[in-house]
Amino acid sequence: MRERALWRVLPYLRPHKKRLAFIAGSAVVSVGAQLAVPLIAEAAIDGPIRDGNKRGLVPLLALAVALAIVELSLTYRRRLALSRVATSVETKLRDDFYAQLQRLDVGFHDRWQSGQLLSRANSDISLIRRFAAFGAIFLVIVILEVIVIFALLLHLDPRLGLLTIATAVPVVILCRRFERRYHTVVRDIQDQTGDLTTMIEEAARGIRVIKAFGRSDEMFNRYDARCRQLRDTEMERVRVHTRFIWVLGLIPNLTLAAVLLGGAFAVSWGSLSVGGLVAFVSYLLILVFPIEELAWILAMAEEAETAAGRVWEVFDTEPLIADGANAATLARARGEIRFEGVQFVYPGTDKIVLRGVDLAIQPGETLALVGATGSGKTTIATLLTRLYDPAGGRVTLDGHDLRDLTLRSLRAHIGFAFEEATLFSASVRENLLIGFPGASDADIEHALAVAQATFAYDLPWALDTRIGEQGLSLSGGQRQRIGLARAIIGRPRVLVLDDPLSALDVHTEARVEEALRPILADRTSLVVVHRPSTVALADRSALIDGGRIVATGSHHDLLEHEPRYAAILSQAAEELEAPQDQVAS
Amino acid sequence: MIFEPDEVPDVDHDVPLDLTGDAAVDAWRGVAAEDVDEPGRGLAGMLRSRSRRLLGSLLRPHRRSLALAALLITCNVAAQLAGPLLVREGIDNGIPPLLDGGSGSLRPLLTVVVALVAITLLGAASFNGFLMITGRIGQDVLLDLRRRVFVHFQDLSMSFHEKYTSGRVISRQTSDVEALGEMLKFGIVTLATSTLLIAGIAVVLVVLNAQLAIPILVALPVLWVLTRWFRGQSERAYRATRDAIALVIVHFVESLGGIQAVHAFRREPRNQEIFEHLDDRYRQANVWSQRLAGTYGPGVQLVGRLTTAIVIFYGGWLAIDGKVSVGVLAAFLLYLRRFFEPMQELSQFYNLFQASAAGLEKLSGVLDEDATVASPANPVTLTHASGALRFDAVGFAYRERPVLTDFDLDVPAGETIAIVGATGAGKTTVARLAARFWDPTSGRVMLDGVDLREFDALELHRAIVTVTQENFLFTGSVAENIGLGRPDAPRADVEAAARAIGAHDFISALPDGYDTDVHQKGARLSAGQRQLVAFARAFLADPAALILDEATSSLDIPSERLVQRALRTLLADRTAVIIAHRLTTVEIADRVVVLERGRIVEDGPPRELIDRGGEYAGLHQAWLDSLV
Repeated sequence: MRERALWRVLPYLRPHKKRLAFIAGSAVVSVGAQLAVPLIAEAAIDGPIRDGNKRGLVPLLALAVALAIVELSLTYRRRLALSRVATSVETKLRDDFYAQLQRLDVGFHDRWQSGQLLSRANSDISLIRRFAAFGAIFLVIVILEVIVIFALLLHLDPRLGLLTIATAVPVVILCRRFERRYHTVVRDIQDQTGDLTTMIEEAARGIRVIKAFGRSDEMFNRYDARCRQLRDTEMERVRVHTRFIWVLGLIPNLTLAAVLLGGAFAVSWGSLSVGGLVAFVSYLLILVFPIEELAWILAMAEEAETAAGRVWEVFDTEPLIADGANAATLARARGEIRFEGVQFVYPGTDKIVLRGVDLAIQPGETLALVGATGSGKTTIATLLTRLYDPAGGRVTLDGHDLRDLTLRSLRAHIGFAFEEATLFSASVRENLLIGFPGASDADIEHALAVAQATFAYDLPWALDTRIGEQGLSLSGGQRQRIGLARAIIGRPRVLVLDDPLSALDVHTEARVEEALRPILADRTSLVVVHRPSTVALADRSALIDGGRIVATGSHHDLLEHEPRYAAILSQAAEELEAPQDQVAS
Repeated sequence: MIFEPDEVPDVDHDVPLDLTGDAAVDAWRGVAAEDVDEPGRGLAGMLRSRSRRLLGSLLRPHRRSLALAALLITCNVAAQLAGPLLVREGIDNGIPPLLDGGSGSLRPLLTVVVALVAITLLGAASFNGFLMITGRIGQDVLLDLRRRVFVHFQDLSMSFHEKYTSGRVISRQTSDVEALGEMLKFGIVTLATSTLLIAGIAVVLVVLNAQLAIPILVALPVLWVLTRWFRGQSERAYRATRDAIALVIVHFVESLGGIQAVHAFRREPRNQEIFEHLDDRYRQANVWSQRLAGTYGPGVQLVGRLTTAIVIFYGGWLAIDGKVSVGVLAAFLLYLRRFFEPMQELSQFYNLFQASAAGLEKLSGVLDEDATVASPANPVTLTHASGALRFDAVGFAYRERPVLTDFDLDVPAGETIAIVGATGAGKTTVARLAARFWDPTSGRVMLDGVDLREFDALELHRAIVTVTQENFLFTGSVAENIGLGRPDAPRADVEAAARAIGAHDFISALPDGYDTDVHQKGARLSAGQRQLVAFARAFLADPAALILDEATSSLDIPSERLVQRALRTLLADRTAVIIAHRLTTVEIADRVVVLERGRIVEDGPPRELIDRGGEYAGLHQAWLDSLV
């Protein structure tokens, strides 16, 4: 038996016990009131109408009206309560899902396509809500109705009743078989939809590249192949569902024919009255509609079930980077950094990036990290903020293994400027204050001045201007400068700058370096560099090659004595034959 | 009412949700120019006709199938309606012969039973056919729509995409298309069966007894008023939910897309706060719209119940007077029950209808959007472009700010030209105009003496390739990403391109070499590596003209050296426009153009300009100083 992912939503219902009790109770009342309508009609036909007593109709009319008003005001309240429960559950579930995604490490996000995560947060969780708000209660009411009607039928005529109940067996078998097959198809559809979403996302975000190469038709062919695959799977769903619906719809109607036949004989043998048969048939007709409806509701349930499974896949993933049980808070940091025999392998692969990095940065020192493309410079930088953990060895801050510190306190001491500054669709101010919400206007002004980013004051709404994807678009250099300002704004003890000036023109770069110098003077900094100009900021350089730090020393010493270093940083390109022998022939 | 917990009645009253929100809470988003082109409320009528046209064009190819589906569903509804009549027939005429000591003929009863079975089978079979046909039509329509929208977005100009933003492009193609999909999946069946049932039952009731049908005629206007109210309200509620979920999605995608920055800057709590706030607005909007459905549904039911009560009363009255038979009254009540059910049913799906209508509205809006950079009707064929580029009195304004006025530039075939200048001088504008990402506001940009606007856009972009600093990689292997430059290229050519550009070594070192999936674990390429892949892509594409828009900024010196060397071969007999702030790349140019506020202030071979001691000489000196 498959584990039911949907059941795991139950804890989310716990805070709503009272509402749920009301919903269940009022559902029972509603079913009762609905089933009373034929009884009232019967009473009218067998009573006042037969007796020709017009006055006798009045109390029945009053009863029917009262019953209708009571039941429907209950229904109204029930649906209201239900919508509150369902939307609360949905919201809480989505909030938790988002929190879990924020908790999950960068490695997880590298592995998962964002389209897959979005479709879980949006479509899948909405499916669960729709089932909870509509399907679940309907399912309960239908089952309740079926039970009550079965009881009534047994009471009216035991043999015909048993015959009717026997038809429930094929219905149940059919439902179970359907569930199994439908489950597989729906899961396929949801996964394929996720893939399609990813394609759509890439075609949208990569539109410039696609256009630059005139490859729209190529992208369309890829997209179209996925669309057609999805269409075929959807058709398989239609086939499975249709077969189920039509077989399921046959059963109650054929039962009706059998009951009519059997009932007629029962009447002729005198074991059933004509009135009884009429009542029996009326109830059976009431049953037809819910059973037909069952086909849709079960499909909905199955979709919600698969959706819940997809959501729980993410909830069940443990973040690889999290606070340890005894993680300590580091209130103040001197800024002494050590890498001790640090190894790094990308999670789940055997691609060794770092084989044993030993490196020490003294408090207040600025170290330039130099290495060829892909040598692991950025990896070292990200290990320092614990975006990843080393596979072997350790990284320490002031002698504490980073894994023994809380993530929040560790990251609060580190200002990070990425090679590609990620700006969010928010005001400039919000983007600047992202890591240090408490910074003052003076801090902002200072940071913008250092990063040569005072252009921000000239934007249409100055610091309130929205930038990022949904706002004003900035040039690569402008983004980088905002990113730099963001890193230094909170005056963190440690600065990690990953090639932070690559998109700046020479003049601006020189000005930024000038302004940055005093800031770097009194804090520990690790600067990943590609250019000699940036190295000038550092007290010392370290060269990484083959997954190890192979040399450290002053820029000029290394340039003179370390050919590998010179090969990377010396601009005298042509004279100095590159040591790599892969140079194009 | 013992079940009723005291918090249930806390219905918030008809406060329309204001999703623009209170300023204090939303300050973080900052201010932007008014949000672009979401359909305004006043335009409803016009928009509806636009989406009707779209729907019509989507359905037209399926006319025959639709007619067949309509026939089948009519059969099915007729079968459904015949059921109760046959039962009554069986009871009234089939049973009495059996009652006289059981000696009567079985025939009437058997006839009814056989008819019932036959009609059940007919109903089920026709429903089966209906579901299969509509299912197929639905999926085909969806496929057609997906294709059209995708192609159209690809055709729309870069300036459109810059304004519209990728977030909207994505949500058009996902949630809006899916809304229509849901509608086609569930809505059509409900809509068709419900409408036909209501109409069919109305006819049956009037035929059974016109007098007894009078209470129903009275109920109809009440239902009409109720429905109008519901439609008006839920249209607003529905918009509120869509606006709210859009904000949730944008925040979700963006914050998780920048998860590195989020973690590094400990932004999780603030993100969570914003997310929960947006999500709660979505919840409120949902509660609002569900409350409307929760009012309408039971409202219809109430009308139905009261009508039933009145029919029992009035029918009883008539029966006592002998104007109506008891059998007819009973049948009437059976049908009446099914009369109001479908209306209820329709209200459940109303949100679905609206979702798809709104989705259709937006999609038709997008499809109506003209490609501002459109391909001409009779494009000039571009077989072997020599690559001569010319700007002829070009003017261009970006966001109403003139960037270029009366700009002339001539790049003879095979020449490599570098454009330098401060930020905002118009370098990128020149690059984008040359690649026809944008069209000039005045004047002409020409390739081989022909206005770029005369060419087919795809052909043009294959002849003039741009490499930019954003090096987007698509899902797939490294080889596939390079292969985008020339999709039919054999693997050997792909590898040769990578070798030529100096990317072969790092690619070979990846877990699966050229077959490594770029978005899979272990394959995180650095910005420099991605730039190399982009160059290899351009190398493979082998265009007539190449535009490098800050394409070397993320390269380190060894990589740059490799690219440099490759460029010498690549650019040897090719027209090229290089925009770079690193003068290394500029050095290989035959000619340098210095731009200042949209004007050419210096123009000549690099050596000459350095000797002349002007603007470029200054830049060159600053660059030399930075190398030490």
